[in-house]
Amino acid sequence: MVPVILKNVIKRLEQGVYPHIIILVHMVLGTALVYTSPRSNLAFLVLITSFFTLYYFKADRRFKLIVGVVLTLFIFPVVGVRNIFYLEVIFQISVFAALALGLNIVVGFAGLLDLGYVAFYAVGAYLWAFFGSQQFYVLPFAPGTQPSNLPFLLPGDAFYLFMFAAIFVAALTGILLGTPVLRLRGDYLAIVTLGFGEVIRVLANNLDKPLNFTNGPQGITPIQRPTMPQSVVDGFNTLFGGVVGHEVTPADMYNVMFYLLALAVIIVIIFVTRRLDDSKIGRAWTAIREDETAAIAMGIPLVKMKLAAFAVGASFAGVMGVLLAGSRTFISPESFSFMQSIGVLSMVILGGSGSIPGVILGAATVTILNLQVLQGLSLYLSQLRQSDAVIPIINFAWANLSTQLDPAKYQRLLFGLILILMMIFRPEGLIPSQRRKRELASDKVEGGE
Amino acid sequence: MALLETTNIVKRFGGLTAVNNINFKLDPGRIVSIIGPNGAGKTTFFNTLTGIYHPDEGQITFNGKSLHGLRPDQIASRGISRTFQNIRLFGSMSVIENIMVGMHVHLKQSPLDTLFHLPFFKKEEKESEHKAEELMMYCGLKGVGNELAKNLPYGGQRRLEIARALAADPLMLLLDEPAAGMNPQETEDIIRLFRRIRDEKGITILLIEHDMRVVMNISEHICVMDYGEKIAEGTPDEIRSNIRVIEAYLGRGAVAGQHEEKIA
Repeated sequence: MVPVILKNVIKRLEQGVYPHIIILVHMVLGTALVYTSPRSNLAFLVLITSFFTLYYFKADRRFKLIVGVVLTLFIFPVVGVRNIFYLEVIFQISVFAALALGLNIVVGFAGLLDLGYVAFYAVGAYLWAFFGSQQFYVLPFAPGTQPSNLPFLLPGDAFYLFMFAAIFVAALTGILLGTPVLRLRGDYLAIVTLGFGEVIRVLANNLDKPLNFTNGPQGITPIQRPTMPQSVVDGFNTLFGGVVGHEVTPADMYNVMFYLLALAVIIVIIFVTRRLDDSKIGRAWTAIREDETAAIAMGIPLVKMKLAAFAVGASFAGVMGVLLAGSRTFISPESFSFMQSIGVLSMVILGGSGSIPGVILGAATVTILNLQVLQGLSLYLSQLRQSDAVIPIINFAWANLSTQLDPAKYQRLLFGLILILMMIFRPEGLIPSQRRKRELASDKVEGGE
Repeated sequence: MALLETTNIVKRFGGLTAVNNINFKLDPGRIVSIIGPNGAGKTTFFNTLTGIYHPDEGQITFNGKSLHGLRPDQIASRGISRTFQNIRLFGSMSVIENIMVGMHVHLKQSPLDTLFHLPFFKKEEKESEHKAEELMMYCGLKGVGNELAKNLPYGGQRRLEIARALAADPLMLLLDEPAAGMNPQETEDIIRLFRRIRDEKGITILLIEHDMRVVMNISEHICVMDYGEKIAEGTPDEIRSNIRVIEAYLGRGAVAGQHEEKIA
């Protein structure tokens, strides 16, 4: 009885003006919560999940667009500047969402399991790290021995140019790496891409001799950022100064800028992905994923189409690499470990392989889990250990817990558990991919009869 | 001139010669069957024609040109389309999309057209969608355009495979056991479909089939294989009374006895 009533209530809420109200209420509530308690993780979660409400409920397209713009362009930056940790979370979500969307083309569409995706991210990052720092003049010096007064090779504003250049450089790398390996299928391909991912990282680690390209394990720093006009900072201060509550510095503004750039890249990626998916190329990719033998018998050139998927996916990672190098001003091989590739892959799988909203949700979920929820949990557990709290029923004092069971380790354990549970109960991901419904004349005839 | 001609095709797997010295000619506009016991090398022969395997010896000429060294996708674009013995559809794509994949070789849209939805792209997509719908109807699939291929019933999946193969506008259609697992009514319908494809579209049909009702009903010419070799060739009537064919199917001892009804 109760479920029926509940179902009816939900149904009512999904129609008419209710969705609009729910979306607005969620957004305003989230904003208010974050505003009143800027340190609370929970408040931030409420705010960020308003995106999900926005996606889930059916509402007027224009309304959704406006709410989305307000959320991403105004509320997030302002909230983020008030508490810079939030901005970091949002930025990381954007970066990973972009990476996951890129990998989604390779894994989700074309079905090529790529375990070394982060290699292309590294290519982009090192591209700008080399040209946007003093590294060019450091070439003849071993790491750590260079004089301190070297000039920068290019002005910081060349950053924008390199965002475009990275598309081509990373795509080219994708084609170069892909050409010898894409004849392989499934498991074999996965292992070889894993190898290539490691090769790129090891190259970055060791290309400090004979000529010092990458500065080895120490990494390259400082890497330049594009110039930030003082007027932008001042403008932000006059507009939002009252809400933010403190004077915004150029450093804060840089964080906002890189977040907005990441957002712009995401929009471009979504645009390109959707257009490609719904064309000859996208159909060929899906066909290859579904059945290679049948695909090739239908005249689809396997290697060419796989290379295309590899190159497109790689180019997105390359752009994000440039962005990372610019935003962090420091790049080292450690940022491009195998675990990064796996992390991005887990976002794609968890969110819904082949599904654009799913992959973005996957990136957001994993990032928030890692940066906030699980971290918060392990912090809470450590506090319990230091207090004299007792586990109820079994009467076990937290303080007596073996040091082997360090709460910080629960983080990964829980993350692994979540992945396992997801794969058992929802293997198709949080938001499964769907084929586009076409308006077919033959369907209409059928309906008329 | 023959549409398809193979000369001394040999395909070996290790010590096993799956296809041995096959000489075969197929004239345009005909319906021809390849029959033979299980393991006779029929499907291997198909796979060498479509480029999945490369023959160890011999030559294949299609439409006046050699197929030597071509990849399966290149052969497909020369005008050979096929269906598979065990249905191989793109399960999680819709019916319409499956057929549109079949048109891949004819679509001219460039990445630029695709990204910016230039007029040519829109026109081509609309036309191919339209054509896909026509093919769907032609093969007897109604109102299922948006269904996922894997959700179609068995007979529908067989028909969809044929529609997808036709989408490439082939000169020759290779059908690998198209009537397998069908009931008599479905079999009759599908035979009618094959005749229409040949008569209306002028497509040459080469099929492998075990169901003798189908073979004897539809074929104008039959080629019999056994142990990788071609043991007989001729009209259905000739094949029915050919001693070597009866031997291949029933064993040497049976020749003296009542073979007729088993084959016919």
